[in-house]
Amino acid sequence: MAVVYACPACGKETAMLANPMETRLVSGLGIEVGGRSVPPEPLELVRSSVEGLEERAEGVAEAAPPRPGRVRWSEDARERLMAVPSFVRGMVKRIYGEYAAERGIEEITPEIMDRARSELGLEGM
Amino acid sequence: MSGGSERRRIRTYHEVADPGAESVVGQVVEQRRRLRERLAGVGRLVAVGSGKGGVGKSAISANVAAALAASGRAVGALDADLDGPSLARMLGARGGLARGDSGFRPARGAAGVGVVSMDLLVAEGAPVRWRGPEEHRFAWQSVIETGALREFLSDVEWGALDVLVLDLPPGTEKLARLIDLVGSPDAVLIVTTPSEAARHVVAKSARFLEDAGVREVGLVANMATWSCPHCGVAEPLFAADGARRLARDSGLELWAEVPFDPRIAADTDEGMPIVLSAPERPAARSLAALAERVAAP
Repeated sequence: MAVVYACPACGKETAMLANPMETRLVSGLGIEVGGRSVPPEPLELVRSSVEGLEERAEGVAEAAPPRPGRVRWSEDARERLMAVPSFVRGMVKRIYGEYAAERGIEEITPEIMDRARSELGLEGM
Repeated sequence: MSGGSERRRIRTYHEVADPGAESVVGQVVEQRRRLRERLAGVGRLVAVGSGKGGVGKSAISANVAAALAASGRAVGALDADLDGPSLARMLGARGGLARGDSGFRPARGAAGVGVVSMDLLVAEGAPVRWRGPEEHRFAWQSVIETGALREFLSDVEWGALDVLVLDLPPGTEKLARLIDLVGSPDAVLIVTTPSEAARHVVAKSARFLEDAGVREVGLVANMATWSCPHCGVAEPLFAADGARRLARDSGLELWAEVPFDPRIAADTDEGMPIVLSAPERPAARSLAALAERVAAP
């Protein structure tokens, strides 16, 4: 990724090349370079930074009552979800989850996701 | 890279009109505001740290939290040892974390302690693996761990608590990370074994906390004595009077000398702190007294 800055006084342009380490360093601050268009999801950094974490983070604690209409995600659907940018992934997942729960769908598959996108106008998600 | 004849102009920091929308500073300020707001309902924030590992710090944290909760107080326990979490298991909290209205809800452990730990998020037995480039891992992983700690504090619905116990990973620098996030905790416990080898490490922690302005710091000498299972006579496990000398030399108050008791490890491994499973044992009584000392301002 390359970013070009222009000096506000003389207009000289300078390019900064970002490498993976710098990008990870900044993302570790919980900062979105370029600003946020949606508020951060709870535990957003933790869930996007630890391998294999997202599904379990949505689990139900022992003492809490089970959530009605809890849906499963197929392997293929999970893979497609991982392609969604991390800072909106939680919101997108919730939208698909609510779509499935409202229709009594027990498992979200890529086909269900396509149907939801079409019905709810979620092109690009 | 800019290319072609067209002169592209990117907005610079000085031109950003709405700091909340785009500026890095704005996002950091918002993070800190959220953190302050979330912790506003916590009566006392108590950090449990140690200079080195293997001194029984997490068992102390679990028992203090459980003893306070059993006495009727609203208690939370945060496992800040992200890479080696154990607090959830020691407090018998299982399953994941449930979503609430404004964040995640703590799991419920022994005596109703609200528990948050990386243990509750990763699969059982799975190591915590941080995503990122291998190159310069030492640089970015520390930043992410601090960010994760911030999220565990600000994105969990802790609610109104009398005490929030933070079980820190070993090392003085971990105290620095916490203080940078939340300011000075109300109290800090430094857990150690009363050995000569611990002297330098404890002194370093004491000096750091004094410089950081932490007013209440208590030394906890774990495994201070051993009781004969046959006749009950207690003998020091390390040098005689080692705990008191350690406290005197480091300038810290000695808040507890906890006897060695194999039941502590065995029972906490089963998710039942000894203050609940065997409250009559000397170690349990010592831990319960420590909990009362911790809760009192």
